[in-house]
Amino acid sequence: MTAPIPGQASNSSPVAALSIRGLAKRFGGKIAVDGISLEVPAGSFFGIVGPNGAGKTTTLSMATGLLRPDFGTAVVHGVDVWQRPLEAKRLMGILPDGVRLFDRLTGEQLITYAGLLRGMDKDVVAARVGELLAAMDLSQDAGTLVVDYSAGMTKKIALASALIHAPRLLVLDEPFEAVDPVSAANIRSILDRYVDSGGTVIVSSHVMDLVQRMCDHVAVVAKGRLLAAGTVDEVRAGASLEDRFVQLVGGHSHTEGLEWLRTF
Amino acid sequence: MVAHLLRLKLTLLRNGLRRSPWQLVGMAIAGLYALGVVATLIIALVLLRNAGPVAAHTAVVLGGSAAVLGWAVIPVVASATDMTLDPARFTTFAIPMKQMLAGLALGGLIGIPGLATTLVALSTVVTWSRGVLPALAALAGACLGVMTCIVLAKVVTTATASLAASRRFKDISALAFMVPMVLLGPIVAGVGRGISASTGFLPEFARTLSWTPLGAPWSLGGDIASGRPGQAAVKLVVSVAVLGALAWCWKLLLERALVTPPYAGAGKRRGGRLGLFGVLPATPAGAVMARSLTYWLRDPRYSGSLVVIPLLPVVLAFQGTRTGSYGSLAFLAPVSAFILAWSISADVSYDNTAFALHLATGVRGVADRLGRALACMTFALPVVLVFSVGYVAFTRSWTGLPGQLGFSLGILFTGLGLSSVVSARYTVTVPLPGDSPFKKPPGNVGQTLAVQFVGMLVLMVLVLPEAALLVVQAVTGNVLFGWLNLAVGTILGLLLFLTGIRLGGRWLEARGPELLAQVTVNR
Repeated sequence: MTAPIPGQASNSSPVAALSIRGLAKRFGGKIAVDGISLEVPAGSFFGIVGPNGAGKTTTLSMATGLLRPDFGTAVVHGVDVWQRPLEAKRLMGILPDGVRLFDRLTGEQLITYAGLLRGMDKDVVAARVGELLAAMDLSQDAGTLVVDYSAGMTKKIALASALIHAPRLLVLDEPFEAVDPVSAANIRSILDRYVDSGGTVIVSSHVMDLVQRMCDHVAVVAKGRLLAAGTVDEVRAGASLEDRFVQLVGGHSHTEGLEWLRTF
Repeated sequence: MVAHLLRLKLTLLRNGLRRSPWQLVGMAIAGLYALGVVATLIIALVLLRNAGPVAAHTAVVLGGSAAVLGWAVIPVVASATDMTLDPARFTTFAIPMKQMLAGLALGGLIGIPGLATTLVALSTVVTWSRGVLPALAALAGACLGVMTCIVLAKVVTTATASLAASRRFKDISALAFMVPMVLLGPIVAGVGRGISASTGFLPEFARTLSWTPLGAPWSLGGDIASGRPGQAAVKLVVSVAVLGALAWCWKLLLERALVTPPYAGAGKRRGGRLGLFGVLPATPAGAVMARSLTYWLRDPRYSGSLVVIPLLPVVLAFQGTRTGSYGSLAFLAPVSAFILAWSISADVSYDNTAFALHLATGVRGVADRLGRALACMTFALPVVLVFSVGYVAFTRSWTGLPGQLGFSLGILFTGLGLSSVVSARYTVTVPLPGDSPFKKPPGNVGQTLAVQFVGMLVLMVLVLPEAALLVVQAVTGNVLFGWLNLAVGTILGLLLFLTGIRLGGRWLEARGPELLAQVTVNR
């Protein structure tokens, strides 16, 4: 394997925005995450890729304080997520995947709620809500209940709720799922500017192309283990990220079988 | 193909049961209940064999018509349609329409309501086994009747599918359904009195019904037994024609529904109205309170209890008019206080995974607890005050006011404190967000029952001082104990309230992730 050893990118440097060590989680008899260690350098745009059921969501939930790990630690900008959760959560903006929202609030109310829950000032919240709604192209639907939103709009409103307190680290689980191309481009330019000004973004995705274009660092996860991590160029090692990914995960069955599919 | 669809339905049922043993328990309980009802009805129908033909005819036709009506109405208002074989899921399979209709119709028989209806309908054959011809006619009638039930239900649910998919309709129908549920006692008593007052009218009513699609199939056996073969023939034609027409309607509706999926869009609405968020203090606790209050108004799972509360005095007063004593009205304020205070004991379960937002933002546990409790208090306090004063004014026993108030407020404050602790520690199975308040998903029934039971026991112990003072006042007749009760109820109650908020807050912070993991199971 020519890919760098997991976690070697910037070993335990004090600038790590997120540093996880030996995270593991078991659900009943199934080991979902089997000891993942990872360093996410501050100011990086970090992609986590992996096939379905690889443990991406479980890992990110444990790293952000939503799911208690069986083993391991997660540290955000020097603050241990599981020792000092309230402090660590102030530094993070989280977009979890597969959770409901308080969807009987209007979009505007939901973002306001997220801001006020974090103890932010009323006027600051009001100003940021307006800007976020405009940036997400949701101003026209600000007064509609979130339950009546489409899947893409719901994703965008959840993302806005994660941004309102200007976190130093953004952890976004599948942020572009069901989001239309125009909105996705808008969101990407928001995230790019955020990273340029020193913020750190972690996104999980299985769209390799997107990760290759958008991220500067990438980690490949499969079956609860880390297969490779580092800068995108290091990991893809000359090939496209998609080919490298398929090679690492090793699930490509080529063209054997299914001959009948060509017989009509 | 029909056999395939039936096997699919059985497989889905079996796999659903295999998913959790508790679902099996829930199904077994529902099954036992249905079995009891079905057994009673079957015994009644068998006994009717020896009754006069007019009485038997009346009972069978009325019962059958009620069943048809029930199959048409209940799936819509209770939004409890069985969607295991949702036709929309077969769009890509190119199944011939005729076979699909037959498969779906027969599939509707599989399940507790279908089986129960079939069994009861078939026992009408016993009622009319007074000869070969009546029995055969009853058998044909039973088959036609059951199929009419199933197909009518399908027609109604398909026709209202796009309506039923709209959130507003679901919310309103759930609330509207709540009213007859609460008033069930008075309604049943009223109908019962109406029937006993007009027994002479019933056979006439049944005869009229038997000419309508509702009653025609159920009338066949009786008509033959009473020697009216001509009428029976006409009603057979009516039944078959109605069933055919319904099937045709269903086919048309289904063909249309398959190419036009339900559209549940809502108009765009610009922002600028923060509602309660703009009114209440802009603190974490204030925000939680605003959010909770918004849910009390907008989410039928919460507003259901708000609909029930004003109906309570109606139910209790109705009992009073029947027994002549209005003593039970004394429980109005304490019971309302209990219901409202206990209603937030499953608050985190009601949030479901939306609770992740509270966890992600790192809101203090105390702020979370306090916001939810104050939201409930906002209307619970006026309700308790109005009910207490209203009862005392009604009975003109003003000396009872302080004691009544103290006891009720004690229950309210203590209950809110206890609920704040309970919901921070235990999750129970509740209807999911967006579902009908009546649709409890299968889940941890054991823990749900244990939490409810033990929680209420603890609450009883905690309000013992107030209860004791109430009894002492009733025995001695000394108003002093009433005033004492008011003081104890307020001070001890608020003390326990604050203790509950703090303890619940601490537990919430310590076990937030575990709580989220528990509600994730009921997704």
